[in-house]
Amino acid sequence: MSRQQQERDPQGGSAIRLENLSKQYPNSPHPAVDNVSLDIEPGEFVVFLGPSGCGKTTLLKMVNRIYEPTGGKIWIDKTEVHELAAPQLRRQIGYVIQQTGLFPHMRIADNVATVPRLLKWKKARINRRVEELLDLVGLPPESYARRYPAQLSGGEQQRVGLARALAAEPSTMLMDEPFGALDAITRNRLQEELLRIHRQIKQTILFVTHDIDEAVRLADRIVVLRQGKVEQFATPLEIISNPANDFVAELVGAEDVLRRMSLIPIASAATAINGQRNVDDPTISGSSFLRDAIGTMVETGSERLSVVDEDGHPVKSLTMEDIQQAVSTSDAEENASERRATSASD
Amino acid sequence: MDTLREVLEFYRERPDEVLELAWMHTELSLIALAIGTAIFVPLGILFARWTAGGSAAVGVVASLRVIPSIALIFLFYPLLGFGYQPALVALTILAGPPLILNTYAGMRQVDASVLEAARGVGMNPAQVFFKVHLPLALPVIIAGMRSASVEIFASATLASFIGVRTLGQYIVTGISLLDTTYLLAGGLLIVALVLSAEIILGGFERLVRVPAA
Repeated sequence: MSRQQQERDPQGGSAIRLENLSKQYPNSPHPAVDNVSLDIEPGEFVVFLGPSGCGKTTLLKMVNRIYEPTGGKIWIDKTEVHELAAPQLRRQIGYVIQQTGLFPHMRIADNVATVPRLLKWKKARINRRVEELLDLVGLPPESYARRYPAQLSGGEQQRVGLARALAAEPSTMLMDEPFGALDAITRNRLQEELLRIHRQIKQTILFVTHDIDEAVRLADRIVVLRQGKVEQFATPLEIISNPANDFVAELVGAEDVLRRMSLIPIASAATAINGQRNVDDPTISGSSFLRDAIGTMVETGSERLSVVDEDGHPVKSLTMEDIQQAVSTSDAEENASERRATSASD
Repeated sequence: MDTLREVLEFYRERPDEVLELAWMHTELSLIALAIGTAIFVPLGILFARWTAGGSAAVGVVASLRVIPSIALIFLFYPLLGFGYQPALVALTILAGPPLILNTYAGMRQVDASVLEAARGVGMNPAQVFFKVHLPLALPVIIAGMRSASVEIFASATLASFIGVRTLGQYIVTGISLLDTTYLLAGGLLIVALVLSAEIILGGFERLVRVPAA
């Protein structure tokens, strides 16, 4: 952790409450958002997931009043968003969009400084903050601050977009498919860094995507939307192992065993070390997921792994049997639907 | 070569008059360009923001472009008579189409996502306009001033036909005396002025251009 980051108090997130929120566009047969109510905890990472046209972007953009609702209320902590003038409200909310929306005529440093300048921060504070942010998103200020957006790759541009959104330490962030236009490798890396930043700052994030893998990877809870209505609001594991209806099951690919395994932590499946532990067993961290364990097994040809703690000490062991057990348990927890019962246990 | 020597001789014989006419030509043109910019750039901005009728209005403006400048100059003759004023009005109007069309195009080509981001980070409408929208449209607007200035500097020549002292004076005299030295002496200076205006405004345009990769 760098010197600058220690100077700053760890900030929390806001509680967000959507109350019977609706949006009816003129000349449209049904509402884009239809009477949605959600309670989002402070610091929660919530992903709005659904096919295109399901209303997820409209829902997101009503929070900072890019779109105005035709009914309902939005509370951020104790303030209803319409109590503030829209520009004042938006300066308190980080905003990242897919096309980055960087200002092409401004240098990277000026892009990042946009909101602090609108808030009339002192110059020295702005400069300090810009450097700190560029470091945070992995763009060394000495080589990036003076460049222009067009001189950066797509991934780098989106890092700048993220830094700009974080600049005034917002307790809420709205992100509209921010990584949708990036290649898979860049997207993965940025998802990782977003998670790291979220762990560090713990602001509340509302994130729109149509990519189920991205949703599962990032979300504390996922809101599944269809035709403006909430189909399910639950944790990724809950949504995949216990989809509320056929629509959700199909959307999230609940049949996908691998996807489910990517959500079950190794620590919860591993068993105590019994006598026959072999020192040659490949090791794996207890904080990874079953999917990683399968990967290691296939790679090494070993059917048993030694699960180690943070210091590398073996604490448990994991066999193929343990994995099957864990996956079928998560199956059994489901309701009566037999659909999936066969897929994992044989 | 002889003709060129005659033209240089022509300038050497009356340096004060040449400079005075060149200056009056430039002054008339710059005033027309300034008034034109003050009127037609805002008009182009209005058209760009006018979702219902903007493109129709711009279509009408584009069609006005076919009116030749000489027709415009003489069109105002019965209305405003002889002299400086009608010439200025005509030249200003001449700047209309390039300024309106370029301003409209410049404002419209700005990426909608950039404008949404500007609103999204909390700029008020005036800040979105002055910090983002206008700066991004500026290179295209200045390109419009460039074509307008070419038209104005060239057409200021015609003002001499309704009694305004510009470099057109030498053209008028050259035509009536059938004297090529007069024609060339005037023509060369007019070309030089048009080119300088073009180069100076082109420099401004490069200055405000958005940096590319």
